[in-house]
Amino acid sequence: MKSFEEISELLKNNFSDIQFEFHPEAKFEPYILVPANKIDTVCLFLRDNNDLYFDSLINLSAVDDFNGNKIKDPQGNEIMQGGTMSIYYHLESIKFRHKLLVKVIVDRDNPSVNSVTSIWNCANWHEREAFDLFGINFNNHPDLRRILMPYDWEFGHPLKKDYQNPEFYQGMRVPY
Amino acid sequence: MGLLDKEFSDNNILITTTENLFNWARLSSLWQVGFGLACCAIEMMATSASHYDFDRFGVIPRPSPRQSDVIIVSGTVTLKMALRVKRLYEQMPDPKYVISMGSCSNCGGPYWEHGYHVLKGVDRVIPVDVYVPGCPPRPEALLEGLLKLQEKIRYESITKKNNEIV
Amino acid sequence: MSIKTEEMVLNMGPQHPSTHGVLRLELTLDGEIITKVVPHIGYLHRCFEKHCEVMTYPQVIPYTDRMDYLAAMGNELGYVIGVEKLLGIQVPERVEYIRVIMAELQRIASHLVAIGTYGADIGAFTPFLYCFRDRERILNLFEITCGARLLYNYIWIGGLSHDLHPDFVRLTKEFIREFKPNLKELNNLLTFNKIFIDRTANVGILPLETAINFGITGPMLRASGLKWDLRKDDTYSVYDKFDFEIPVGSGKMGTVGDSWDRYYVRVLEMEESIKIIEQAIAQLPDGDVTSAIPKKIKPPVGHIYSRVENPRGELGYFIVSDGSTSPFRVKVRAPSFVNLQIMDELCRGHLVADVIAILGSVDIVLGEVDR
Repeated sequence: MKSFEEISELLKNNFSDIQFEFHPEAKFEPYILVPANKIDTVCLFLRDNNDLYFDSLINLSAVDDFNGNKIKDPQGNEIMQGGTMSIYYHLESIKFRHKLLVKVIVDRDNPSVNSVTSIWNCANWHEREAFDLFGINFNNHPDLRRILMPYDWEFGHPLKKDYQNPEFYQGMRVPY
Repeated sequence: MGLLDKEFSDNNILITTTENLFNWARLSSLWQVGFGLACCAIEMMATSASHYDFDRFGVIPRPSPRQSDVIIVSGTVTLKMALRVKRLYEQMPDPKYVISMGSCSNCGGPYWEHGYHVLKGVDRVIPVDVYVPGCPPRPEALLEGLLKLQEKIRYESITKKNNEIV
Repeated sequence: MSIKTEEMVLNMGPQHPSTHGVLRLELTLDGEIITKVVPHIGYLHRCFEKHCEVMTYPQVIPYTDRMDYLAAMGNELGYVIGVEKLLGIQVPERVEYIRVIMAELQRIASHLVAIGTYGADIGAFTPFLYCFRDRERILNLFEITCGARLLYNYIWIGGLSHDLHPDFVRLTKEFIREFKPNLKELNNLLTFNKIFIDRTANVGILPLETAINFGITGPMLRASGLKWDLRKDDTYSVYDKFDFEIPVGSGKMGTVGDSWDRYYVRVLEMEESIKIIEQAIAQLPDGDVTSAIPKKIKPPVGHIYSRVENPRGELGYFIVSDGSTSPFRVKVRAPSFVNLQIMDELCRGHLVADVIAILGSVDIVLGEVDR
C-alpha cells in the first residue's frame, strides 16, 4: 500500500515533461492536479504500472466552480462568462488497497477534455452524464449523447448554476 | 353472498335497473394496469401482497393496458415519461378510470419548486378521478381511494357522458 | 438457395411488468438470439443534485431517502457520515449501534424484495407473497421506531431523530426467531428448485476482470469470486466490532459468476445480517441519541467522498462545501447506475427470456439510476 508522497514521486519521475501540482495539505483528501490534455496518458500509466495498479475507477464528478464574471444577457437574466469547471477522478487499487484523487480544470465557456473510456469502461456513462448536465465535451468518447434528459432537450445543460427553466416543453407547462 | 344471497331461494328472478346492474359489475372487478413508477409502486405491491390483499376487491394486475379498466399512476411523472403515460391512457378502452397515488403525481410532490424535469401533477396530461395523498400513502389509504372510486362508479349514469380529455 | 434475413429491433418499453421500474431496453435480435442491448434511462430523473444546492444540509436527508427507495436507511447513513466527517463531530456509541441495526434490517428487507420479484419474473409467484409477508414484520419494526414504513428521515446529522421504542428489542428478537425457519422454507421452495436452477445457472456469466474494469460492486462482484465488502475492507461506523462472514460465489450449480450465484449470494447475506443484528442487540450501550446534534451546520470549505455498502453495491457521496449552510455540489455515485452498463456484455448470445433473468439478477432500482 503506497502513501500519497510515494505515488507523487513515481509520477514525477515518469513524466518529467508534465507540470503536475501536488496538494497533500488539502484538509480531507489530498489530490493531484493534472493538465487537461494529458489526463489519458497519466491514467494509462496509473492503471498499468505494476507498483500502482489502479484497476478501478470509483467515481467521476464534474463541478461548476462559478468563479467568472456575472453579466446580464439580452433577456435580462444573469449569466456568467469566463471561469472554470473542475472534474474529479477517484481511483482505487483493489490489489494494493490504496486510493487517489486526480483533479482536472477546464474552461467554463468551451469545456473539453480527453475521455478515459478506453482505459476504464466504467467511465462511459459517467462522462455521458457530465456532458448532459454540464456540457463538457469528451474527445474520443464512443457514444457521446444525452443520457438523463430527453434527447431533444434544447434548453441547455441543467446543472450549471446560471441555468434558466423553459416555460413549455412539447405542450406541457414546466414551472409549478 | 350479499346481493344474491336470498334471491334464489324463493324464485330465480332479480329485479333491478340496467344502470345499477352495469355499475355493480364494473366496480366489482376493476382490473388495473401494472404501472409503477417510483416509491409508491412498492406500497402498491405491498397492497397486492397477502397482508393488505387487493384481490378481495376484485382488482387483478394485468400487464397490458388494452385489457384493463383502471390505471393507478404511482410515483413521479417526469417530462420524458409524460408522453408515454398519455399514450398508455389512450390505449385503454372505455370505460376507464385513473387513480393518482402519492403526492408526486398529485401535484409534483417534494420536487415542486426546483425540479426542472418533473411534471407538476399527472392531471396536466390525463384526467384524474381520485387523488390519494401521502408520501408514500399507506396501503390502507390506497384501499380507501379504491373504495371512493367504487362509490363514484356506483352513482354513474350510462346515459350522461363523462368529461372528455382536455 | 439462400434466404435473406434481417435483424429486428424490439423495444421493451418503459412500461413493462418485469423491468423493475421505468427502464427501456432496445434489443436487436437475430431470430431469438440477442446481438445488442441498448438501455435508455432518464425516465425518473428527479433532479436530486439541483435540490441539494438550494436546500440546507438537514433538509437534504428526505431527498436522499427517495433515491434508492428500497434501502432508505443506507442512503441516509452514507450522506450523514460524509457531513459528520466534514464537521469533525463524533457521535455517541449508542447512536452507532442503532444505525448498524437499522442498516442491517434494511438490508434484509431489500434482499427480500429482490428475491421475491426475481422469482415472480421467472414465473414463480408464491415466493413473492412469502417474502412480502416477512417484509411486513420488518416494516412494523421501523414503524414503531420512527413512524414511517418506507421513507424514514430517521438518521440525522449528529444522531437520530428518536430513540428506540421500549418494546423494540423484544420484538426484534421475536422476529429473528421466526425468520430463521422461514429462510429454510424459502430455500426449499425456490433456491434449490430444479426449474429455477435450469433458468438461471450458466446464464449471464460475468468474469472477474470485466467486472472490475466496469466498476461493478456489491453482490454482483462477490458472486464473480472476489471477497470485497466495504464493511470489512474500508470500515465505517462500528462494523469492526462484529464477527461475520462475506459470502462469495462458488459456481455450485453452474459456473462462477452466473445468475444463480448472484441470487445465492443475496440469500447468504441475509443470514449474515441476522448474525450482526443479534450481536449488536447484545452489545447495545446506553446513552442519549440527540446530544451531539449541532444547532448550526456550517462545514468548512473542502470536499470529501464518503461511501457505504448498500444492498446493491457501493453508494458514494462526493460533497463539496463552500462554507455556507447548503452544500455547493453533491454528486451521488449510485451502484445501480454503474452496474447497469454491463447489460450489453452479459446478454450477447442469449435468448430473449434470458434477458429477464439477467436483469433480475443485476437488481437495479430506477430511483437511484436516474436520481
